[in-house]
Amino acid sequence: MAGNKLQIRVAQVLVNVVLLFAVFLLVMPYLYMISASFKEGSEIFSIPIKLLPEGLYLENYALLFGETNFPRWFLNSVFVSVSRMVIAVLVSVMAGYAFAKFDFRFKNLLFVLVLATLTLPIYVLIVPLYDMMVTLGWTDRYVALILPFAAQAIGVFLARQYLISIPDEILDAARVDGASEWVVFWRVVLPISTPVMAVLGILFFTTAWNDFIWPLVVMTEDNKFPVALGLPTLLGPYSQEYGAVMAGSFLSTLPIIIVFLIAQRRFIEALTTGAVKG
Amino acid sequence: MDTGSANAPPPKPPKTSRGRPGGSNLAPYLFLLPFFLIYAVFLIYPVLAAFRLSFYESSGFGGDTFTGLDNYARLVQDSRYLEALKNTTLYALASVFILSPLALLVAVAIRSFVVPTAAFKSFYRIIFFLPFITSFVVIALMFNLIFNNEFGLLNNALSALGLQTFNWLNDERVALLAIILVAIWTYLGINALYFLAGLQNIPEEVLEAAAVDGASRLQTFWRVTLPLLRPVILFVVVQATIFSYQIFEIPFLLTAGGPSDSTLTLAIYLYEVGFREFDRGYAAAIGYSMAIIAVILAAIQLLAARRLDR
Repeated sequence: MAGNKLQIRVAQVLVNVVLLFAVFLLVMPYLYMISASFKEGSEIFSIPIKLLPEGLYLENYALLFGETNFPRWFLNSVFVSVSRMVIAVLVSVMAGYAFAKFDFRFKNLLFVLVLATLTLPIYVLIVPLYDMMVTLGWTDRYVALILPFAAQAIGVFLARQYLISIPDEILDAARVDGASEWVVFWRVVLPISTPVMAVLGILFFTTAWNDFIWPLVVMTEDNKFPVALGLPTLLGPYSQEYGAVMAGSFLSTLPIIIVFLIAQRRFIEALTTGAVKG
Repeated sequence: MDTGSANAPPPKPPKTSRGRPGGSNLAPYLFLLPFFLIYAVFLIYPVLAAFRLSFYESSGFGGDTFTGLDNYARLVQDSRYLEALKNTTLYALASVFILSPLALLVAVAIRSFVVPTAAFKSFYRIIFFLPFITSFVVIALMFNLIFNNEFGLLNNALSALGLQTFNWLNDERVALLAIILVAIWTYLGINALYFLAGLQNIPEEVLEAAAVDGASRLQTFWRVTLPLLRPVILFVVVQATIFSYQIFEIPFLLTAGGPSDSTLTLAIYLYEVGFREFDRGYAAAIGYSMAIIAVILAAIQLLAARRLDR
């Protein structure tokens, strides 16, 4: 029996070593990105590769802020992502509330319609959607990045799932007090929905922040680029500022990491229980 | 990001606060209005318009001509489309047969061997989730440097180990493999988390009962754990396949579909056809072929989930 215990102990140590190595591989590219952002070009492209920079070389950041459009791109991304997030969360919770707590004609039909588009790839509609942007005169305008993807089926689905568990009595109590449906929504439903709104908020903010193909199609003016679209343009035939690109990559990942760290537990739980319960 | 809601149960008959008796109730419709307005204008309409467009030849400068099923007939003869389909399928197969089992292995290892303290749990959770929320653009830029032939981390690590090095992004024999490696790096963590959540759902008593009956750890895994995990496995595999067929950013930014189309994907091809060559009817047909693949996969998930429920 003691031998068996020892075996388990050895296995435990071995597996943990392997796991830590896997974790190291996952983290490595980030460490390398951050380290390269503090290296001179000649240091990035030298052998042997050093994981830590020789000194704190800040020129990449100076270049990024002084000579590229990065600050503008960053602010564009903040504006676009926050706007889309606010609209998307609000319309999702409103629609989710209607599906969860009201009975009305065509309810099931409409809900199935929403569900049917859950896995619809953007590619199926991108050409006509682009045409529409041209017709509306929305190319190179922020609204093109904000509005078209503000109605997300997943948002309605998650909001409905959450609100269905809210007891009707809470709503009815407010109604008895004479509150209109609109007031019930603002004063009762929205405050109760904070947890699901947090999850949806992170989800929508991240997807908006990371969007690439849609901005690639509708935005041509450098000044209007979101950061994800702008960054790769720094690596072209005429510029190989890898250090600056790594600095920009690092800075553009920070907001996502911060938002995520604030609400990570709830967010991961919401996403992974979706997989388990299906 | 999809949470597998495709296989959700159909909406239950409502048990609710209806409108007040007698009064007509507009409230639910008003709550639905903003969502469905955006939804109808920017989703339903373009989806239908794309369907129409896929039966036309259209350069976008007026004068569309109806060509019936020509665009779809062209798909099956277009060697570049078929190449893209092949690459994307290989990529999807790698997600199913390499990425998913690897993620399961990691999850099982964590579940069985990692000291279950809160600190460890959140440590793994954060690290595993990070690649999933990092933008594809940043991932591509990071790996661009890692795959660099002469100065990249990967080749330097390989040669330090005495292994063969490759010009990863410029050699058509390995370029797709490079893209697959990036995908494994990106999705390993999130899939391991899905599996971990599934494993945590298996009651401890079931595993103990198997152990009492004299089952070895391996037997318990094959006979008890794996069957109980089937819903999660199904979810992970189908999600991975659906995402695989839509991959764009990583190959677009790392290899631009090259060298000699060895990493061309359906989405990159659609982008080239629709927005560089302005062959818009054909691009719409490519888009529909991608939607059909996604719908078939989602249907498989739904049907298989129903069978599992029985």
